[in-house]
Amino acid sequence: MSATAALGATSARGWTLRRFASQEALLAVAVIGLAVVVGFINPRFLAYRNLADVLLGNAYIGIAAVGMSMVIISGNIDISVGALIGVLATVSGSLAVAGAPIVVCWLAPLILGVAVMAAQGAVVAYLRIPAIVVTLGMMSILRGGLISVTGGKWITDLPDTFHLADLNVLGAPMPVVIMVVATAVAALWMRYSPRGRSIYATGGNAEAARLCGVNPQRTVVMVFALHGLFAGAATLVYATQLRVIQSTTPSGLELTIITATVVGGVSILGGVGTVIGATLAAILIAEITSALVFINISPYWTDAVRGALIIATVIADIMRRQRRAARGWKK
Amino acid sequence: MIAAEGQSAPLLEVRGIDKSFPGVHALSNISFEVRAGEVHALLGENGAGKSTLIKIMSGVYRPDAGSILVEGRETRLAGPDDARRAGIATIYQELLLFPELSVAENIFLGHAPRAGGGRIDWRAMRAKAEALLASLEIDDLAADQIVGALTVGNRQRVEILRALSHDARILIMDEPTAALTEADVTRLFDIVRRLKARGVGVVYISHRLEEIFLIADRVTVLRDGAYVGRRQVAETSSAELVQMMVGRRIDNLFPKIVVPIGAPVLEARDVVRRPMTKGVSLTVRAGEIVGLAGLVGAGRSEFAQTVFGIAPAESGEIRLMGEAIRINSPESARAKGIAYVPEDRGVQGLVRPMSVLHNLSLAALGALSRVGFIDRLGERRLADTAIKRFSVKTSSLDEIAGRLSGGNQQKIVLGKWLANNPKLLILDEPTRGIDVGTKAEIHRLMCELAGAGVAILMISSELPEVLGMSDRVLVMREGRLVAEFDRAHATSEAVGAAMMGGEPNMEKAA
Repeated sequence: MSATAALGATSARGWTLRRFASQEALLAVAVIGLAVVVGFINPRFLAYRNLADVLLGNAYIGIAAVGMSMVIISGNIDISVGALIGVLATVSGSLAVAGAPIVVCWLAPLILGVAVMAAQGAVVAYLRIPAIVVTLGMMSILRGGLISVTGGKWITDLPDTFHLADLNVLGAPMPVVIMVVATAVAALWMRYSPRGRSIYATGGNAEAARLCGVNPQRTVVMVFALHGLFAGAATLVYATQLRVIQSTTPSGLELTIITATVVGGVSILGGVGTVIGATLAAILIAEITSALVFINISPYWTDAVRGALIIATVIADIMRRQRRAARGWKK
Repeated sequence: MIAAEGQSAPLLEVRGIDKSFPGVHALSNISFEVRAGEVHALLGENGAGKSTLIKIMSGVYRPDAGSILVEGRETRLAGPDDARRAGIATIYQELLLFPELSVAENIFLGHAPRAGGGRIDWRAMRAKAEALLASLEIDDLAADQIVGALTVGNRQRVEILRALSHDARILIMDEPTAALTEADVTRLFDIVRRLKARGVGVVYISHRLEEIFLIADRVTVLRDGAYVGRRQVAETSSAELVQMMVGRRIDNLFPKIVVPIGAPVLEARDVVRRPMTKGVSLTVRAGEIVGLAGLVGAGRSEFAQTVFGIAPAESGEIRLMGEAIRINSPESARAKGIAYVPEDRGVQGLVRPMSVLHNLSLAALGALSRVGFIDRLGERRLADTAIKRFSVKTSSLDEIAGRLSGGNQQKIVLGKWLANNPKLLILDEPTRGIDVGTKAEIHRLMCELAGAGVAILMISSELPEVLGMSDRVLVMREGRLVAEFDRAHATSEAVGAAMMGGEPNMEKAA
C-alpha cells in the first residue's frame, strides 16, 4: 500500500504534465498550427502587422475571459459582461472628454466594474438567485441604460493621453502586456493560493466546501468582484484603442468571452478549468476569425465556425468524461 | 390467512434476483412475492437492499440475474412505464406530484380522458376523480383542489388515487408513514385495508415494527442484500424480527480495542435546535467511542450538525475540554478542534472534480499557507501521510477524487479531517455503502484514533457496528436521548427495542 502511495508521489509531476497536455498545450498547438497552415495558403497572414492586429484587437477578450473563467469555475455564469464593458468604456471616455485627470479615467472602469459585479455576486450568493437570471437582468439594465443616457451619441475628441493601449512596455504593446500579466497572475493565484483553491471547491461542491471552512457565499462575491476587475481592465484595453467610443459593444461580446472560456477547458458545470486555457482560446478564436478572411471565406462564416468550435469542445469534454467514468466504474 | 398458499399464482413474484453496483453487491438471490389481497411487508436495516428490490419491482433498475413474474407470466420491466402497464404502482417517500395542478389533473396526468379532437375532457376527468375519491370514502378532498396546498397525508392519498386510476393491482409503498401524523397513519391504514379487500396486493416497506403488526399479513426480512427469512405476522414477535434484521456477523469486522478513557472532551447539556433536536445531554470522553443509535429521522445527524455549527444550537450548553463554547459555523467548530465526517460523502464530504491532493488539504489550507500562498511541499507531505495512514488506493495524488471507489472516497473525507488533529471526531454513518474490507480498515483506524486520545461520537444505523465499536451506546428517538447502555449491557435486542420504541419504559442499564 505504501508502495502505491510512494508511486503516487513520484508520478504526480508526470500526471500534471499529462493533464496540462489535454487542454492548454492542445490550444497552444492549435494556435501555432493554424498560423502555419493559413500561412501556407496565404503568406500575408503571417505578416507582423496582421498578427499584431489580431493580438491587439482581441487582447481585451482574453483579459475578460480570465475573469469569466473564475466565475464559471465557481459554478456561476455572467452574461452581463459585454454590456458592462460598453458602459465602462463610455464612462471612462466621458470622463476623459470632460477633462478629468487621466488616472481617474483609467481607474474608474476598474472600480465601477468591481462594484457592479460584486453587487451581482452578492445577489447571487445571498439571495440565492441563479446567476444567469441576475446577470441577464443586469445586461438589459446596462444596455438599455447606456443607450438612454447617451442617446446613442458617440464620444469623440478623446485626449491623446487617454490612449493607454498605444503605450509600450519594453517594446511590447500595452494590451499584450496587460493580457499576459493578468493571465499569469490569475493563473498563479488560482493554482497556489487558498482563495483560488476555494473557488474550485465552491464550484465543485459548495456543501463540502462549506463543511471545510470555506465560505461559499463570500467566495462567490469575491469571484464576481475579481471578474469585475478583469472586465474593467478589458475595458481599458478596448476603449483606449478606439478613437471613437460608441454606445454599443461588438455584438455578442459576452458570448465570445464565454466561448473562449469553454473552449479553454473550463467546465460549464463548475469546478474544473484554468485561466490560461481561456486566454489561449480567446487568441485562437481571434486567429480563426482573421484566418477566414485570408483564405477567402466569407466573414459571415465566423459565427458558424465559432459555434462549431464550442460544440466540438463540449463534445470532446463529455467524451473525455465518459471515458474516465467508464474506467472509474471498472475499478 | 386468506391468501392461502397453493392458490392461484401470486400477483407479483421475483425469483433469484441479483443486483450489483460498482463496489457493492446490493442483492443476491432474492425471491419475493405478493398475492392478491395481501399486505407483504419488507423489513431490514438501512442498506439491507429494500430500496434496490422495490426499484427492481417497479422497473427503475434492471436485475443482473433473476426473473420477474406478473400473475404467473414472466415479464420484462425495461422501465417504470412497463411496470405501470403491468399494473404495478410505486409510492415513494418523496411524493412525485405537481404542486401547481389540481387533484384531478395530478391523478390523470398522462392519461386524461379525451373528448373529440384530442382535447382533454375536463368534465369526465373531474367525474372520474370524484368517483375514485368516493370509492375510498375520502370526503375531505375535492377534485379541483390545488395539490400544493394539501397536507402530506392528503398528497399521499392523491398518489394512491393516481395508482388506482391506472388500475394498479400491485401497490408498492416505500415507508409511507415516515412523514405522516398519527391521524394520517390511521387513515392510510384504513385505505390499505380497503384496497386489500378489493384484491390489491401491497408491498409495504417500513422500519416501524408496530405498523407491521397492525397492517401486514406476511413479512420478509433482508439483511446485507440477502434473504434472511419470511414469517406469517400472526406467528412472529417483534423480538424475533429485530433478531432477524440485526443478525450475528463476523466479529473481526469490529476490532474494538479497549483503551483508557480520559477527561470529558464534549459535554452537551440540554442542546436544543428545533425541530429535530429537542434537548440532548451527553458526554464524550477522550479515548472513548460513543455510539449514537436510532432510526433514520430520530434526529442524530441533526444533533451532530448542531455541535458542528451547521445548524447552531438555539439553547443549551456545549463544553469542549471543560470550557463553555459557542459554535456558530463549521469554521468556528473546526477552529476549536471538532471534526465532522458527514453521512453523505458525495454531497457533503468530497469535492469530486478536485484531485485527491486538493481534497485532502482543503480543510487545512489555512495552516498550510505562507504569505497568502499554499506551501505545496507541505501540502504534498500532508496528503502523502494521509494516504499512507488510510491506505487509500489511488494511482496518484493528482487523481480526480470522484474517480475513486466509494470506500476510498470515504477514507479521503476522513483523512481530510484528521489532517487537523481534531480533539472531537463526529462520524456520521462512517461505513455506509462500503465493502466489508474497507469497513474493517475504517474501524481499525477509529480504534487507533481513540487510542491517541481522540473523543469519537459515531452515528450509525447499523446495530452490529454500534455494538461492536462503542464503549457506550446512546439511543435517540424523536429528537431525544431515550436510553443509554454501557458496552457490557448493549445487546442488539435491548438497543433495537429502544430504537423502535417497543419498550414503554425508558431503559437505563448503564
